[in-house]
Amino acid sequence: MSLILDHVNYIYGGDTALAVHALKDINLVIPDGQFIGLIGHTGSGKSTLVQHLNGLIKPTSGGVYFNGEDIHAEDYDKKKLRSKVGLVFQYPEHQLFEIDVFTDVCFGPKNLGLSRKETELRAYAALKQVGLEDEYFYQSPFDLSGGQKRRVAIAGVLAMKPEILVLDEPTAGLDPKGRDEILDQVAKLKEETGITVILVSHSMEDVAKYVERIIVMNKGSVLYDDAPKEVFRHYRELEQVGLAAPQVTYIMEALRAKGLPVAADATTIEEAKQEILRALGKERR
Amino acid sequence: MIRDITLGQYYQADSVIHRLDPRVKLVATICFIISLFVVESWIGYVIAALFLAAVIKLSKVPFKFMVKGMKAIVFILLITVVFNMFLTPGEALVTVWKLTITKEGLRLAAMMAIRLSFLIIGSSVMTLTTTPNSLTDGMEKLMNPLKAVKVPVHEVAMMMSIALRFIPILLEETDKIMKAQIARGADFESGNLVKKAKAMVPLLVPLFISAFRRANDLAMAMEARCYRGGEHRTKMKPLQYKRRDGFAYLTLVCYLTVCVLSNYIL
Repeated sequence: MSLILDHVNYIYGGDTALAVHALKDINLVIPDGQFIGLIGHTGSGKSTLVQHLNGLIKPTSGGVYFNGEDIHAEDYDKKKLRSKVGLVFQYPEHQLFEIDVFTDVCFGPKNLGLSRKETELRAYAALKQVGLEDEYFYQSPFDLSGGQKRRVAIAGVLAMKPEILVLDEPTAGLDPKGRDEILDQVAKLKEETGITVILVSHSMEDVAKYVERIIVMNKGSVLYDDAPKEVFRHYRELEQVGLAAPQVTYIMEALRAKGLPVAADATTIEEAKQEILRALGKERR
Repeated sequence: MIRDITLGQYYQADSVIHRLDPRVKLVATICFIISLFVVESWIGYVIAALFLAAVIKLSKVPFKFMVKGMKAIVFILLITVVFNMFLTPGEALVTVWKLTITKEGLRLAAMMAIRLSFLIIGSSVMTLTTTPNSLTDGMEKLMNPLKAVKVPVHEVAMMMSIALRFIPILLEETDKIMKAQIARGADFESGNLVKKAKAMVPLLVPLFISAFRRANDLAMAMEARCYRGGEHRTKMKPLQYKRRDGFAYLTLVCYLTVCVLSNYIL
């Protein structure tokens, strides 16, 4: 069970004067059960890349393989692929259309040709997974708040029971509270079901807390693909491509420069606290 | 999938045709269309074809972009040709069952086909070489005399430029929503007509909502900048005729004269 991108290139508007080479020779292996952060500046090709993962875009050259099968082969069942690789677009609340929340979430599983009972069970489970209270189930999706709408839209994809869940900037335009809630929910989901999650973002801060692997995109290429600690070690290079390491990285670096013997690879506030306490304790002794 | 529509889409290039005043291009397009219906001889069509070919060559827009616009009217073209072929009375050539292809019908069908395709290609040249904004600017200026009879020229032009501006935005939005629904297993391609129409609901509802939202935002943004119509409004880039525009008009007059003359001489 894995997704492999093999020398993927993609060019927008191939035959016009405005051709853009959006992806350049991307090679990635996405194994089962990983929590991955895909990070890049606006226009770095993140969104284009994720649309390759479920076959919405066909690479100009190169191949995408799901469980060893070429997803662009003639007889490949793309609908099945799309249920296995669930893609939540940016501002997913813009895709809501049904008369009530529950029916909207049913749309995905219904398209898979499941029985009515199975469809409704899945919709219910998905809405519970995103933490939406029962009282909203039969309201119009357009009456909900921004954060709630977004959860409904994510539930719409979850209801298809994907093995890989791709979230394209799930926190864009939300307030800090809404952002934390969504990300916590995703992390919980990941823990409970063990599915692969790919979190697309331009904010290191968002991602650092949750993921175990970070892929940094820049101008259509993969710049780094490593564990968060390793990636943040390059914080100076990250700045040059318009990104930044989490704030704690900077604090730790500054402390080190002042002579406190801390390891500078802490990525979350909790880790940083432990590390500083450890270093201080050592000094006192 | 929906990006195939070229009619009304600007192709960026640096050419004489691109730099012409939009008024010239508008007038020229109208004249060209009229000329297509004025000429009645084959030699006239050859002249029109040469003129069109020269303009396309000058515009530096690849020819395949013009042909793309043709796709949209293939159906209309086919119907016109078939009807003209069979329903024009005259000297019979071939009779299939009750249908007769006449010599006059064949001639008329061919002429109609040429007229329609030239018409589309001709107007594509204009829209491909002129940004929607300058096009409406040109229109506003051309229709200015109508203000005397209380035609809200500025408002009409503004509506047009907003409508044109929204075409690519809505196309992009459609593409995005379509992809989002496909990712949820929606199927827009297979099934019969009823099924296909039903499949459009998940696309159209979000599209309408987003169109309303955008319209609302735009109205707000315009009001916030004190927009209140055409009265006393000045332009950042006022249209001004240059030398090349004079040449273009001259060429146009020559072309029209030749076209009209071709009817009498031959």
